[in-house]
Amino acid sequence: MRIRPQGKQPRQAEKQPSHSRLAGARPQETDCANAQLDAVAATQALTQGGDSAYDSGVKIDAEASALRAYAIGGSPPRREGPEKVRGQALYVDDLPADFYGTGEVELVHGVTVRSPVARGRLRAIGFLPGVPWDEIVVVTAADIPGQNHIALLENDQPCLVSGLINHAEEPLLILGHPDRVIAERARTLVRLEIDPLPPQLDLDDSLRRGTKPDAGPNDVIWGKDNVFKTFTIEKGDVAAAWAGVDVIVEGDYETGAQEQLYIEPQGMLARVRPDGSVEVFGSLQCPYYVHAALMAVFNLPADKVRIVQTETGGGFGGKEEYPSMIAAHTALLARKAGRPAKIVYDRLEDMVATTKRHPSRTHIKTGWRHDGTLVVQDIDFRLDGGAYMTLSPVVLSRGGLHAAGPYACDHVRVRARAAATNMPPHGAFRGFGAPQSVFAIERHMDEAAAKLGMSEIALRKKNLVRDGQTLSTGQVLRERVDMRALLDRALALSGYEAKRARYDEENRRAAQGQGGMHAQRRRGIGVATFMHGAGFTGSGERYLASKVTVDCDATGQVHVRASSTEIGQGTNTIFTQIAAEILGLPPDAITVVRPDTSQVPNSGPTVASRTVMVVGGLVARACQQLKTRLVEAGQGMRLAAAGYRPQQFRAAVQAYLAQHGTLSVTTEYEPPPDVQWDDKAYRGDAYATYAWAAYVAEVEVDLVTYETRVLDFVAVQEVGKVVHPILAAGQIEGGVAQGVGFALYEKVAWREGRMANGQMTNYIMPTSADVPPIRVEFIEVENPRLRGPGGAKGIGELPLDGTAPAILNAVAQATGLRLNQIPLLPEDLLAAYARAGLENG
Amino acid sequence: MSTHGHDSHHATTTSSGTFTRPLIELRLRVNGIDTVCVVHPMARLLDVLRESLHLSGTKEGCGEGECGACAVLLNGELVCSCLVPALQAMGTEVTTIEGVAPSLATLDRVQQAFVDCGGAQCGICTPGMILAAKALLTRCPQPTEAEIREGLAGNLCRCTGYTKIFSSVLRACQADGATTEGGER
Ligand code: FES
Ligand code: FES
Repeated sequence: MRIRPQGKQPRQAEKQPSHSRLAGARPQETDCANAQLDAVAATQALTQGGDSAYDSGVKIDAEASALRAYAIGGSPPRREGPEKVRGQALYVDDLPADFYGTGEVELVHGVTVRSPVARGRLRAIGFLPGVPWDEIVVVTAADIPGQNHIALLENDQPCLVSGLINHAEEPLLILGHPDRVIAERARTLVRLEIDPLPPQLDLDDSLRRGTKPDAGPNDVIWGKDNVFKTFTIEKGDVAAAWAGVDVIVEGDYETGAQEQLYIEPQGMLARVRPDGSVEVFGSLQCPYYVHAALMAVFNLPADKVRIVQTETGGGFGGKEEYPSMIAAHTALLARKAGRPAKIVYDRLEDMVATTKRHPSRTHIKTGWRHDGTLVVQDIDFRLDGGAYMTLSPVVLSRGGLHAAGPYACDHVRVRARAAATNMPPHGAFRGFGAPQSVFAIERHMDEAAAKLGMSEIALRKKNLVRDGQTLSTGQVLRERVDMRALLDRALALSGYEAKRARYDEENRRAAQGQGGMHAQRRRGIGVATFMHGAGFTGSGERYLASKVTVDCDATGQVHVRASSTEIGQGTNTIFTQIAAEILGLPPDAITVVRPDTSQVPNSGPTVASRTVMVVGGLVARACQQLKTRLVEAGQGMRLAAAGYRPQQFRAAVQAYLAQHGTLSVTTEYEPPPDVQWDDKAYRGDAYATYAWAAYVAEVEVDLVTYETRVLDFVAVQEVGKVVHPILAAGQIEGGVAQGVGFALYEKVAWREGRMANGQMTNYIMPTSADVPPIRVEFIEVENPRLRGPGGAKGIGELPLDGTAPAILNAVAQATGLRLNQIPLLPEDLLAAYARAGLENG
Repeated sequence: MSTHGHDSHHATTTSSGTFTRPLIELRLRVNGIDTVCVVHPMARLLDVLRESLHLSGTKEGCGEGECGACAVLLNGELVCSCLVPALQAMGTEVTTIEGVAPSLATLDRVQQAFVDCGGAQCGICTPGMILAAKALLTRCPQPTEAEIREGLAGNLCRCTGYTKIFSSVLRACQADGATTEGGER
């Protein structure tokens, strides 16, 4: 804290009259006055420090305002913004072949030959005439120098199929030619001889067949029982609790596969150096995942593999696992061709071949007292993992841990299973299992309210968890939690209660034919209350032991080194803000180093909304230590705790370097001592902290076209300290738009285990005309225990959890139907009306 | 775009092992500069710009006219360059994102507004989005939010939920046509 010297008060007071006289000039004058005060303070700090190397006050003004703009909680412009708006940012497909000094001008373009069947055995490969095959480089599994698998949790996924095919579009071989057109043509001239085998395309079917007593080789397609992972969360005594309930509510809920649909398709550029080391540049979220995968495929030590992230045009989880596959293919092609190689997918290939959100099925049975008290929850949560494990166990964990919702309940059982099928592997997608299970519980809450004859708001308010209470894993909420305040704010902003009552009345009249010109229109408003665990689940962060390095070069420039990638969410800007604030430097003095495994330590993957909270925390700590080191080094450059100038900092760094050679600080994640998690029993602190939210959606359903439009959306959340309000709101708005797609538009049409609508013309994502006005509000709750820089928690995934259930709850009001499956396209709504008609006789 | 061989098992045989690639001399004016390049007549304008002219600011998101990442102005009209064959671009005037800023040190008001208002996140849709916004503001200098929604509906953005893009366009209208400093920020 800074104490204002007594002597300054009169000067400020003297300014007052001139402010009121010149109202128009007031903001500027205020700024100016503050700048002068800052200048005085800086001068004092310097004088006390005995250093005289500083210049005029004008400069201080500019620097002071730059410092203010970059403080935590400010919204400075995106650091790489100007390059992006000029079209100068280089994405992988924009890189020339000699990028990063490869020296080669001509590269070879690769294409991937993929399986046409969901399951089978590859017997032979033939090459039909029509292209100059002698010029085409063909890479098969036999060309892999190391392990034929993509290293991740379980090394079950081959890099290129050598025998058994486990899903449609599985990569079989890579073809390369300097002329992309010839490479494309060659792809159509490969003849595959495959013995087809019966595939398993349904998750419940797979679970059943995997465990039946007489299971044969066509029943068990993975491991011993087709189960990638299963666990059970148990709290209280579920079996006994049913005796004390008045009302039982039961329902089944389903969510579909969803494509991440980043607008930049996946791609990689690779070269193999004369010493056999491998370098890959590309569109990716997690450099060290790709690094580990290539070490295995090439059987190389860590220092012989280099992975560099190029500007990345969106990820959303979709560039978490699959880039390892493409990187391996591209590097294998470069090795065999003896020159740089490039593989960039087109939209169709990206859609049909890469991972999607796990489809889910959830059965929920709850027991209630007449007054609305939630007594017991019994939840069965299943995910379709697809053909290989990829990250399914972790997705299942997050889904299961969010399945009971933000409600206080003494007796809970969550049984979770991820099944193997012959679908293309499902993978990471923003939310990571939670959007699936939150959809189920939030729809279920509305159904329970209807059955209990209570309002969905009153029911939530009665059961929402508070600090001091426990979640399903027994985790005691030690942070301050005020879900009711969030809910009240969302209700007030949306005018919920009045609209809910009005729409009930209007819909009733319309159904009786009294709707006039709006007889074919129904409206509804719906709510969802939910939470999202920030950072890795359970012991994830502990195992990961992320590192960040901050160092200074001879010019005094500060380099922040982390493997966290900028994928649009603002990593560059936020790391700059954190470093600028702690080091008291202008943003220009800080360089956020491009993620390159030869330049940055492993700070873990860019996933799980962990970048600001966890890695940002490490950046903050490293900057703090760097500053302390300079201060303690003495040597006459006194960097007092506050009030030094960039030039002084530079001089201090130079003096330090002259004496010590280097100035570099590496920090490593230290698990908070009070966070305890038991991986086996699924008990304890599943997440160090949670973001909390209440969302409201308003919809209109057209009974002629069966189209649903979202008219309005309110998103109220508590995410700890908001480091950058514009970026944070952008994350919520973008996530809500993806949630609108998840709920109403984005449907994968599966045909024999293959996506049949892999184009933007038939897989529809929301356009600017489809997205409702989105009102975002952050509520800051005093929270001394918060962990991220300045108390920031995760934010990126949160909006995917609550958007779809809020929308479906609104559609349920509008239509009066039980709608427990998403996506809900017009044809699905039509079918639901038809079913309801049959049920009602 | 060329359809590629996902259906490799349906491959057909052709007798010829080579391709004949008849070429044309394409003359057009790109970002105010008269340009000549030798290309296949059916080459996509997108590829001509990116590969022959090394203007990689124009992006490919879908290759079938759906996403707008490849949008450029052709004789002042917004087009998807992935759908325009080279032959059709003969003698035209093309503006790409590289031609939008008035100088290396300055940004156009729409570009500046996208930086200031958070209209660009990952940035891959941004070049096309900015050209769409410019086309809109030429047609309709003071658009309402509904007109902005309509005017940008051919350009997909997966990151922003469009909200900050709308505010960027509104901000650009308020910027009263003057270009602003700050390109090197
Ligand atoms: S690439 Fe042209 S519209 Fe998508
Ligand atoms: S900013 Fe990423 S797609 Fe628009």
